Amino acid sequence: MANDHIDITVEPGEVHALLGENGAGKSTLMNQLYGLLQPDEGEILVDGEPKVFRSPRDAIAAGIGMVHQHFMLVPVFTVAENIALGAEEVRGGPLGWLDRRRNKRDVLETSQRYGLPVDPDALVENLPVGAQQRVEIVKALTRDVDLLILDEPTAVLTPQETDELLAVMRSLADTGKSIVFITHKLREVKAIADRITVIRRGRTVVPSNHPAAAPNRTKGSVSPDTPTDELAALMVGRDVSLEVEKTPAEPGREVLKVSGLIVDDDRGVRAVDHVDLVVRSGEVLGIAGVQGNGQTELVEAIMGLREARAGAIELEEKSLTGRTTKQVLRAGVGYVPEDRSLDGVVKDFTVAENLVLDLYDRAPFGNSFALNPKAIAESARERVSQFDIRTPSSQSTVGTLSGGNQQKVVVAREMSRPLKLLIAAQPTRGVDVGSIEFIHNQIIHERDVGTAVLVVSSELDEVVGLADRIAVMYRGRILAIVSPDMPREEIGLLMAGVVTQEAEDTE
Amino acid sequence: MTTEAPEKKEEQKKEESFLGLFVHNLWSANTVTVTILSIFLALLIGAILIVVSDSAVLSTFSYFTARPSDALNASWDLISRAYADLFKGAIFDPAAVQAWFNGTGDWKTALNPLSETLTYAAPLVFTGLSVALAFRGGLFNIGGQGQAVIGCLTAGVAGFAIGLPAGLHLVVALAAGLIGGALWGFVPGLLKARTGAHEVITTIMLNYTATLFLGWLILQSGVQDPDRTDAVSKTIESTAGLPALPQPLRVHLGIVLAVIVTAGVAWLVNRSSFGFELRAVGANPPAAKTAGMSVGGTYIKLMVVAGGLAGLGGAVQVLGTADRLTGQVAGNIGFDGLLVALLGRNKPWGTLFAAILYGGLRAGGNLMQVDVGVSLELVTVLQALIVIFIAAPALVKTIFQLRDARTARLGASMAKGW
Amino acid sequence: MSRVSTATVEDLTEATAPDRFWNRQRRLGVALVLIGLIAAVIFGSLAESATARFTISEDAEGAALSINGQFGAILFGIVAVAAGGALLAGVAKRWQTLLLCLGIVAFVLSFLCWQVAGKFLPLVDTISGSLELALPLILGALAGVLCERSGVVNVAIEGQFLMGAFGAALVGTLATSVWAGLISAVVGGVIIASLLAVLAIRFLVDQVVVGIVLNLLALGVTGFLYERLMQPDALKYNSPPRLPEWRIPGLADIPVIGPVLFESNLLVWLALALVVVIHLGLTRTRWGLRTRAVGEHPTAADTVGIRVRGLRYMNVLLGGVVAGAGGAYFTLVSTGAFNKNMTAGAGFIALAALIFGRWTPYGALGAALFFGFAQKLANYLSAVGSPVPNQFLNMLPYIATIIAVAGLVGRVRAPAADGVPYVKS
Repeated sequence: MANDHIDITVEPGEVHALLGENGAGKSTLMNQLYGLLQPDEGEILVDGEPKVFRSPRDAIAAGIGMVHQHFMLVPVFTVAENIALGAEEVRGGPLGWLDRRRNKRDVLETSQRYGLPVDPDALVENLPVGAQQRVEIVKALTRDVDLLILDEPTAVLTPQETDELLAVMRSLADTGKSIVFITHKLREVKAIADRITVIRRGRTVVPSNHPAAAPNRTKGSVSPDTPTDELAALMVGRDVSLEVEKTPAEPGREVLKVSGLIVDDDRGVRAVDHVDLVVRSGEVLGIAGVQGNGQTELVEAIMGLREARAGAIELEEKSLTGRTTKQVLRAGVGYVPEDRSLDGVVKDFTVAENLVLDLYDRAPFGNSFALNPKAIAESARERVSQFDIRTPSSQSTVGTLSGGNQQKVVVAREMSRPLKLLIAAQPTRGVDVGSIEFIHNQIIHERDVGTAVLVVSSELDEVVGLADRIAVMYRGRILAIVSPDMPREEIGLLMAGVVTQEAEDTE
Repeated sequence: MTTEAPEKKEEQKKEESFLGLFVHNLWSANTVTVTILSIFLALLIGAILIVVSDSAVLSTFSYFTARPSDALNASWDLISRAYADLFKGAIFDPAAVQAWFNGTGDWKTALNPLSETLTYAAPLVFTGLSVALAFRGGLFNIGGQGQAVIGCLTAGVAGFAIGLPAGLHLVVALAAGLIGGALWGFVPGLLKARTGAHEVITTIMLNYTATLFLGWLILQSGVQDPDRTDAVSKTIESTAGLPALPQPLRVHLGIVLAVIVTAGVAWLVNRSSFGFELRAVGANPPAAKTAGMSVGGTYIKLMVVAGGLAGLGGAVQVLGTADRLTGQVAGNIGFDGLLVALLGRNKPWGTLFAAILYGGLRAGGNLMQVDVGVSLELVTVLQALIVIFIAAPALVKTIFQLRDARTARLGASMAKGW
Repeated sequence: MSRVSTATVEDLTEATAPDRFWNRQRRLGVALVLIGLIAAVIFGSLAESATARFTISEDAEGAALSINGQFGAILFGIVAVAAGGALLAGVAKRWQTLLLCLGIVAFVLSFLCWQVAGKFLPLVDTISGSLELALPLILGALAGVLCERSGVVNVAIEGQFLMGAFGAALVGTLATSVWAGLISAVVGGVIIASLLAVLAIRFLVDQVVVGIVLNLLALGVTGFLYERLMQPDALKYNSPPRLPEWRIPGLADIPVIGPVLFESNLLVWLALALVVVIHLGLTRTRWGLRTRAVGEHPTAADTVGIRVRGLRYMNVLLGGVVAGAGGAYFTLVSTGAFNKNMTAGAGFIALAALIFGRWTPYGALGAALFFGFAQKLANYLSAVGSPVPNQFLNMLPYIATIIAVAGLVGRVRAPAADGVPYVKS
């Protein structure tokens, strides 16, 4: 069950933040409101009238619009076609001849009215994410919505783009539209929300001293004046320590050395642009940056998953460029990929099989000819208890485990062989709080035994907590390497590509 | 929602008797039940086809309201005779077995139906395994037909073009079939790995290319039977033939090879390092790549092995039952192998049993055609219908109101389109 | 709107297209030079130095374009080499396709000069024969366009052909009406299409599996009924009337084009009209926009209120109508009687035409005509006893498609959601 008796009320002209951890049930709730999913019980009232949304069609008719976390745009269509889709202007009666000129005019009109510049003739697949998001918002606005739902809209934006979006949300609310803003970022909520509903494990939560019965207060929502730490505690269910306990690092020899690295992404656009960095044994280098600034491609290039266009990658002075992934792994590199379900585990495989996914043809688990099931099962039992993987048995398929336990399988696999370098990309994305702590401790433990660690995360808190040095990446470049003690606002500015004097000094 | 309800249910379940539980599970959408009901549904539709296509029986329906018993009796009579023949032709004919025990008939006649079944089944095992193995690696090998055709061709040519002592000649001819099929599988594997060309498209195209190539080759001098003007090759030397039981029994060593190869494929999938690789690549290619496996390399190896299996199927067909190449020598064994793999749910032993079932249908169909004049094409209809129902367990579930159960899903990983 | 300050960071440079030396243009250029050389040297040396006559009629009579076979083979080979050379030398992008076509046409002409030297090739007969052979391919490929652009893979074209052909023969004979036959053909195609739709869309069965199995089902059912009904009593069940040939006065008198296009049967006009109608429908109408959206990104279509499954059902059934009409060709136009497995893989050539034509109506038309021409040429060559085996020409559609999907000549891209069943998460 993703949602359990949630009540939420949105007033006209307000920005209502829906706050909760990943997987708390925010998106499920909104997809029900938008008719994509059907609730098992409960009702939806629009302007006081009960409505049943069997499909998005009904929701649109009721004046509800939604900007999805994963954009709902057809990549090979133009902006105008995408916006027209489903609400096309047509001529010729039953023939349904598209009236492109009118469609285009509507787009331009809306885009000008709300100050959201879009080019109606551009192909969506050629647009950067920020522009695609504007297209999504314009698409919703052309349908005369009264309520606009924005599902994690800032995940792909820089802090500055986020500010712009917040401004747009505010001006929309001022015209009388209601906004539901789904997020897990406290700062944004504090900045914009008129009212906040916190969701945890599918339920709304309120502070224990919350006067839920008081008039003028809708059940379940809290005021934006609630202190940040209290909101955080509500969200995760206990007082969170964002600090990771660790001793000062004792950096040793250079383990990973990247110099002048240039990597292109799938579309042939330069993703990593002349990157130099060094990771020493016994230290954690954190890479901070908004998602999509080349971190993925950088890591993939090191792992031999993506071809580098130029530059050198060295592991203990031996070149890694041009090596296969297998060779890189065998050279003593551990890799926790950023997209667990896509790259990390094979969901149809058992826990035991997943634990030897990169070692199946090595003694004692097997050789290049045959497997040794007994050794695989035995080692799996050990890892399961050592890494606290909650699974019915090591022969259960990984797909049946929770996200946190799946991630522990990946971490267990990568840390159960001698490493020189550990690369952990978004190591705790979509992982429950308990597992986060465990995984963080494992990473620090790995550092303390002398492994060089490279952590990539778009969660600044995580990078600050784990790293001994932070490299900020923006548009394919390392803008600066700073200390985790640097004020977060400064790091935030760097993530937006603004280099300050102080940052240059620390470099 | 309250949490009490499920608990209560569970208690009730525990109280149910063992027999109750057994029946409960029996009438649920589990793999065995769905398979049996699919066969039943197919036979039912087949029965309707038999009736509506028989003008004599159909005429009794013209006065159905007056005397329904005529129509029903005539229909029942025709259907039961047809399906009895299907059974007699596939497994055993009670009369023949009786005669054997009485001493009036010989054992060969009694065993002939089984012999026929296994004869038809043998090549299907290989082509079925070819498809099933490729499935496990995430590839949909529709090219079994083309690979089998090339296997027929190379095995056949090796069978008459070179002279070798018995035994060795057979091994060489089988190997030729294997290599021929493997080459024909290598092409789509390489294209998939290097250019991403979808194997469904390339293998479909290669099927017809293979058939046309065979059609051309048979007419070339050195291949064509010099005494004939039509498209028939020279006769394969007896040294290259698969040893068979005495005439008229046709069953040959091919079925034994099939069982051995099934065991081999089962080992390959579940116990070998390559099997681990191919299952990982089949289930999640990016994860396999991230774990250091070569996805492209696995695709190539997999298609070579799958092609080799289908080619071996072609070789068994040509060295076991046919004694020379013709344009139609491979029959439909490649496409039938596809059905067999689907029916066997892409498991090696399942494929073996499915092949024997289809071989039985084919053997029984022959008797049915000769005896009651119901066309052999009915077997094709039955074979296709069985797989349609198997592939859509939800359909069977709805028709029979089965309870939910875990059904072995049919190639869930392959619904990726092109 | 205020722009983000990025003072110290240069804008991301669009990486220039990978400047590999062997880019597409150069590879094509080399390929053209090679086939041109083959044409000029091999065809040229094998060709008889005799006149090759291309008569502008259906037989040896009448006006003709004549050329010395050997000279022609060498000349056109050199033209192909020149086209390849131009590509290699580097010409503007917009000339690329034109040069490629020129090179291929020159190669074909060189081949024809070699084969026809000392003989004659009736042009009108060749063109109208190509069109006739292409007819079912056009209709089948259009059926594929309808299905696949909305996201349902259709490998059951062969089965739809067979059911269409069978329905046309059976009902056409029983009703002694060619029109009843045509309608029944459509019904036959729709029967298979509805099975495809229900199994693929409602029951989420893998669409390639469904297609292949439906082909076998159609083969079995039609074969069964043929042997039980038609074979014993062909007169009663299997002698349908043929589709009449109509001649449009005036237009039919235009040389070459006239007899090909305007002295023909309804099905030809229907097919050609459908190409245009479906093209316009897909690109210019609301239905087309929605169909393409459903085939590319069904979830996006759903979120703007489009009935994804409903639209897919409709388009698959429409495809059944078109493919069924294509099936009518086999019994009502081509042979005049049904025969077991009479389509003999034509459905798969139609599939090849669909893919080779890049899932577009015009592309499908071009590919179908090309494949039809190859078949006609194969027939011609075996009739004149050419040393070139006709099997190899018949392989052409398949090989060409493999080359196309392998990306050796530009990239072929299927609709993004083609073959992916739509399930609400």
